[in-house]
Amino acid sequence: MPNLTRRTLLQGTAALGGAAFATRVLAAAPPAEPVTPALIEAARKEGKVVYYTSIDLPVAEKIAKAFEAKYPGIAVRTERSGAERIFQRIGQENSSNIHACDVANSSDAAHLIVWKRDGWLAPYLPEDVAKHYPAEHRDADGMFASFRVTLSVIAYNDTLVKAEEAPKSFADLLEPKWVGKIVKAHPGYSGTILTATYQMARDLGWEYFEKLARQRIMQVQSAADPPKKLALGERAVMADGAEYVVLQQHESGKPTTPVYAREGTPLIVGPNAVFKNAPNPNAARLFQSFCFSPECQQLIIETGGMRSVHAQAKDKPGRTPLKDIKVMKDDAAAVEKNSEEIKAHYTRIFRV
Amino acid sequence: MTLALTAPRRARLDPSWPILIAFAAILIALIVLPMSWLAYFSVTDKTGALTLDNFAKLVTDPTFVDPLITTVILATSSAIICCVVAAPMGWLVARTDMPLRRTIRALVTASFVTPPFLGAIAWELLAAPNSGLLNQLYRGIIGDPGAEPLFNIYTLPGLIFVISCYTFPYVFVLVANALDRIPGDLEDASSILGGRMWVTARRVTIPLALPAVLAGALVAFLQAMTLFGSPAILALPAGFHTMTTKIWSLFQYPPKPELAAAASIPLLVLTVLLLRAEHMILGRRSYAVVGGKQSNPRLVQLGGWKWVALGLAMLVLMNPVFLPYGALLNAAFSRTASQFVSLTNFTLHNIEFVFFELSATKLAFKNTFILGFLSATIGTIIAVVISYLTARRAIAGWRALAFLATAPVAVPGIVLGVGLFLSYTRPPFVLYGTLWILLIAFVTIALPAAYQQLQAAFRTVSVDLEEASRILGATRLQALSHITAPLLRTSVIATWCFIFVGVIRELSAAIILFTSETKVISVLIFDLNESGDLGAIAVLGIIMLVITFAVVVAINRIPGFGGGVRFRS
Repeated sequence: MPNLTRRTLLQGTAALGGAAFATRVLAAAPPAEPVTPALIEAARKEGKVVYYTSIDLPVAEKIAKAFEAKYPGIAVRTERSGAERIFQRIGQENSSNIHACDVANSSDAAHLIVWKRDGWLAPYLPEDVAKHYPAEHRDADGMFASFRVTLSVIAYNDTLVKAEEAPKSFADLLEPKWVGKIVKAHPGYSGTILTATYQMARDLGWEYFEKLARQRIMQVQSAADPPKKLALGERAVMADGAEYVVLQQHESGKPTTPVYAREGTPLIVGPNAVFKNAPNPNAARLFQSFCFSPECQQLIIETGGMRSVHAQAKDKPGRTPLKDIKVMKDDAAAVEKNSEEIKAHYTRIFRV
Repeated sequence: MTLALTAPRRARLDPSWPILIAFAAILIALIVLPMSWLAYFSVTDKTGALTLDNFAKLVTDPTFVDPLITTVILATSSAIICCVVAAPMGWLVARTDMPLRRTIRALVTASFVTPPFLGAIAWELLAAPNSGLLNQLYRGIIGDPGAEPLFNIYTLPGLIFVISCYTFPYVFVLVANALDRIPGDLEDASSILGGRMWVTARRVTIPLALPAVLAGALVAFLQAMTLFGSPAILALPAGFHTMTTKIWSLFQYPPKPELAAAASIPLLVLTVLLLRAEHMILGRRSYAVVGGKQSNPRLVQLGGWKWVALGLAMLVLMNPVFLPYGALLNAAFSRTASQFVSLTNFTLHNIEFVFFELSATKLAFKNTFILGFLSATIGTIIAVVISYLTARRAIAGWRALAFLATAPVAVPGIVLGVGLFLSYTRPPFVLYGTLWILLIAFVTIALPAAYQQLQAAFRTVSVDLEEASRILGATRLQALSHITAPLLRTSVIATWCFIFVGVIRELSAAIILFTSETKVISVLIFDLNESGDLGAIAVLGIIMLVITFAVVVAINRIPGFGGGVRFRS
């Protein structure tokens, strides 16, 4: 049973990883850092900041524009791809001694565990994070904090599907009437989907995905893409994908409606971090502070359709509040341990 | 690596030897080094120990065997479709009185320079089973909104179709050029001896054109086999891999470069074998060009059929040109890419987004232009020098140079990408993350075609002129720059433009080699496709096409080069 030994071995190394995560890196948490004129001045001298992010491109560029408007003279360049691609890219660039990334946002919180463990992150605690973020949403050593909370939801095109006929649960998606009508994103590309796949495989079992694969799904890459395929009318239902894109589209008059599955909806935490070898260290810190400011958090809620854990953030009326949604438990440490296996298992089932 | 070419002119010594060594070194860096790393990696494991496990996995693991089979089916079908469509079209254009022949040639050139990945995205817009514009039209016409789709682009036949759309120009140009050169006298002789039109076609024209068709079939096969963009865009949503997408997927986290190297070997071997086969079939050169004094070919009078022929040719060209361009234009100005532009959904948002919000736009355009300019310039210089040295047999070892300059033809883009990645991400040469590594890739990919073009051009310039100059005391370099270069100006400019256009549409090597700072437009478009931002793609794609056409039109304006883009013969 070579499989068994390999799995045992995998768990062994993963346990070590978990232990490293639990270990505090610094003796004391770094002090909260306010935005000072000196920081702004130093950032302006650097003139730019490079933001690696897995946030859907239009939203990411809106954050960038808001920062540029607030701090003229500092250009933001967003490097957007799927979280798993970003992770691979940062790893590859680091091993070739290329340090291009100032601030990164990942929809796979496990990445932050790895980066912190490898000593790639800079401790930096923005004032807002210290004052207004719950302890479970900020790293004890000030290396990262939850920039955004999002959901991976089921959704449907409401011109193609009547509300009463829409799926209410993941189990409903296995009905024969959805054969050839489902679109879903890929955990090898998207951190949102990797996280969601972990939670669903844990709570529903891999058999669920085996059955789903028989529904002749359309396989796209980004979690932001299934909602767009719904809006095009290309597929009637999405099995997973970013709630925030569904909400944005819904509110701009496109026919997409989210469904919060009876079994629970996967919850995705997307932290931000400053890199230790950031080419623009001051601009990086200024940008990180901006990201957690009430104005930026309100922006990602209002126009981004995301959720915020900032204590002062206000929900947008008309959306289902997070507390009313049954969510699956997020567990970044477990995703970190199982990431490779999840991707391999998924590829075996869905063939790509 | 040094790319310095400015041999000291004032030196008394003839600098041909240093030049030979320098160029041999460049070519080794371009080809031999990456291929050696590729071979080495394919037989090692993660720890660096020698193993054949990678190959064992390749032939036993269905996730590798299936893509290989798919790729062979794909390439064979595309090659057949290309020949069936392009050979008759080439004949119509070269040998009949069909109207608008020049226009047809220009449209084929347009499909040749259209990036295949852009065509694939445009065909998603047209023939996605539910949202595709053509399927919507079809459902509207039959009045059944729930009808099964007429086309489904996310299938193997769909992929074969799209690949054929952008591969058939290779066959078309080879056939049309060959037919252009078959002297009309041979056909005249046949008809004087009593052969009717069909007999002449069967016994003279077709046999003379056959080598070109076969060569075209092989080129089409190789193109279809090595394309990355179209299968990544159309096959992955349908749930299957081809070899190129499989190799690319091995670079995702956790990367498996050893397996990627091993998976590249079948593509490499197949390409080499096919090129050998082409060589054997065609001999040293196509016999279509044999013939002394040429008379203009006699055009076959089609009578009323000429309009039918024109209609068919236009029908074919709908697929690579009119329909996809229309779909891109529609998507650029529509709020929802799957809806026809109307007063209610017209928008300039996509244009605004690409120019004022998308922060990667400027960098990607800058990188693309720098790379296009440098690759074209350096590639042309290398090709000029090597084709000069080989055409004139100027130095011992010219055969080796000729071989090295042609060798990259056997290396598919994605395989070259993998090889360069393995070579230049580790000391002593860390070029990953710089434009240099992309420059090496693009120059290498362009070199064989550039070399072939210029080699042919050099043959047309008599060696006497150079020798006269050398007798009068000029060095080889002086003779080259003062005598030969001016005479070859047109071909050199054409080659430069050819490489430039090639760089703009290159994706398969760039997708392995880019970093955030070295992104090019093709990669940006591919990125946008993965997140479903079709409106932005449409705008970028249209800009890309406009730039490409500007360059192509510029070539055609050069006196004496009116025949459209020409390539490998």
